[in-house]
Amino acid sequence: MKPLLSTIFTNPQLALELDSNQWDYLIRQARNGNVLARLGYILEEARLFGQIPIKPFLHIRSAQIYFERFYISLQREIVIINGVLKSINVPLVLLKGSAYVVQNDTAAKGRIFSDVDILVPEDKLYEVEIALLKEGWFCNTLDPYDNKYYRKWMHEIPPLRHLKRQTSIDVHHNILPKIARFCPDAKQLMANIVKNREHDLWVLSREDRVLHSAIHLFHEGDFKYGFRDLSDLDLLLKEFSQQEGFWEKLLQRAKVLRQGMPLYYALRYTHLILKTPIPNKILQLSASQACNKLNIRLMDSLFLRALLPDHKSCNDRWTGLARWVLFVRSHWLKMPLYLMIPHLFRKTFKRMFSKDQ
Amino acid sequence: MKLAELPKNLIISHLKHWGLKLKIGAFNVCIYSPIDTVSEHLLVLYGDYDIVNDNDFIDFHTVVKSPSIIRRYFRPQVNFSFDGYFPFKPLPYTQASAMFEWGLNWCIANHSHQYLVIHAAVVERNGKAFIFPGNPGSGKSTLCAALVCNGWRLLSDELTLVSVVDGLVYPAPRPISLKNKSIEVIRALSPDAVIGSVVNNTAKGAIGHVRPPTESVKLASVPAMPAKLIFPKFLDGSKTILATLSKSRALLKLVENCFNYNILGVNGFNCVSDLVNDSDCFNLEYSSLNETLLLLTDLSD
Repeated sequence: MKPLLSTIFTNPQLALELDSNQWDYLIRQARNGNVLARLGYILEEARLFGQIPIKPFLHIRSAQIYFERFYISLQREIVIINGVLKSINVPLVLLKGSAYVVQNDTAAKGRIFSDVDILVPEDKLYEVEIALLKEGWFCNTLDPYDNKYYRKWMHEIPPLRHLKRQTSIDVHHNILPKIARFCPDAKQLMANIVKNREHDLWVLSREDRVLHSAIHLFHEGDFKYGFRDLSDLDLLLKEFSQQEGFWEKLLQRAKVLRQGMPLYYALRYTHLILKTPIPNKILQLSASQACNKLNIRLMDSLFLRALLPDHKSCNDRWTGLARWVLFVRSHWLKMPLYLMIPHLFRKTFKRMFSKDQ
Repeated sequence: MKLAELPKNLIISHLKHWGLKLKIGAFNVCIYSPIDTVSEHLLVLYGDYDIVNDNDFIDFHTVVKSPSIIRRYFRPQVNFSFDGYFPFKPLPYTQASAMFEWGLNWCIANHSHQYLVIHAAVVERNGKAFIFPGNPGSGKSTLCAALVCNGWRLLSDELTLVSVVDGLVYPAPRPISLKNKSIEVIRALSPDAVIGSVVNNTAKGAIGHVRPPTESVKLASVPAMPAKLIFPKFLDGSKTILATLSKSRALLKLVENCFNYNILGVNGFNCVSDLVNDSDCFNLEYSSLNETLLLLTDLSD
């Protein structure tokens, strides 16, 4: 059965036909998928806000009020980070959620997240970290193994947390770990950044924003917010494809950055789950850039489960297994075997014997 | 239909298999729990609450049960979850009923931004709502229980819900949670009060819950107009002193006791300042409940 949430995201008008039991499931799926505020904006956009029964309406409004507050704090956070980077003459390049916000992308609507992600050149990492440290951002990863792991193998330094505001920032120098199988060249990303004049900072180009979102989702091991990320892709694609030549540029860019596989999955699964309008020709071209056909039936059986809202009403008996296989796959993609086995062994061992238990 | 009208074994099988759905003030709550102390708690304290119709919308789907079959028998523990989300670490199994109450507080405080949610007891007499914000240990629940046992209407002993739209206080009456010595104090003051099984050794000490009056539960959908904002402080051996508090100080003290003031933004500020402007504000130092009852009753006439 198709989950209610994806049905309503695809066709908001159907919300008018829901009974209170269905509203109950809709709100629960949206809350657990971290898209309750976004559901509100989708219904608002479809001019249905006045027709939602009061009880579910209050839950949607409550999530939107939380989002509105988050949105204001985020804007302020971005101004402060921009100030810090300006003081050392490093341009601020925002990634993901914060980029959607400054660009006014529809994907920013109702998207609540915990970290501001930024991209800096690898040779400026140290300088940036020191500058942020002086303004109160500290590395809160105390575990020496984690710290070393981040700095040696990953595409980012450990998350920094602000001492007073408790806000968090992820400083990246690439969008995939250095040791990942299909790591793109960060210089290529930097070469295509776009100026945002209103906020006086930079973001990735449209195509790269889509690719980054796709890379993130289809290298992910934890699908708690998989549906939210899929909905991001749906909104980005719908918005950007209004521009002439967008699809061709997107495919071209995927080739340059070696991201044919995540792009194909992004197009396939937004189209299958959220009915994102994608020209058939583009889907086929993208498939030819990606992987063989044998594989795709297996991937369908995994992603068509894992990408649904993380709520028990959307699960079948295979969902748990699918999520586990994708968890292992994400490690397989992100690190070579000789690193992965000791890493997973260590993490499992630590979890079993950590003090909390 | 009220909970008390259902046969006991049916209530227990609802709790074990499909979830028991209760109307608690403005909220429909579904409780699933196979634990005996939880069903006991509900049977003793929630008898007057209406059962929600089968297909109605549920605000909070809650589960109170052991984290695993092992933790049922070996160093037994209990967990609270809100539709698959676990806001707390597990607690000892004997604290299941208290954990349900804390869990439900958490659900309401974090998902009801249509209200300004204040950490405060609120009771009503003659149409006037008295709000008692207070840190743990200030004696607000004891005071609240004493007033309620003397005919005041209970709106809440823990979460005061002030509508951002109309400034009225909306009730969510629940059992009043008493700690340590307060349990005996209320038993002595009001021998008729029904107090559920006392849970010992919680993070807050021993906890007992007072059953809310039938009348308060019946009026759970009727809001009240805020009239007095009183910051209580229990001080052993002190006289009963009710001192007027300036509006500006009252506002600052009130903000400290709000759960979602920061989230509501401008609306939060307006709501708080309207509330302070429309209420008489006091600091209350007390040790004698009897004296305080007389004083507050006078104030509500």
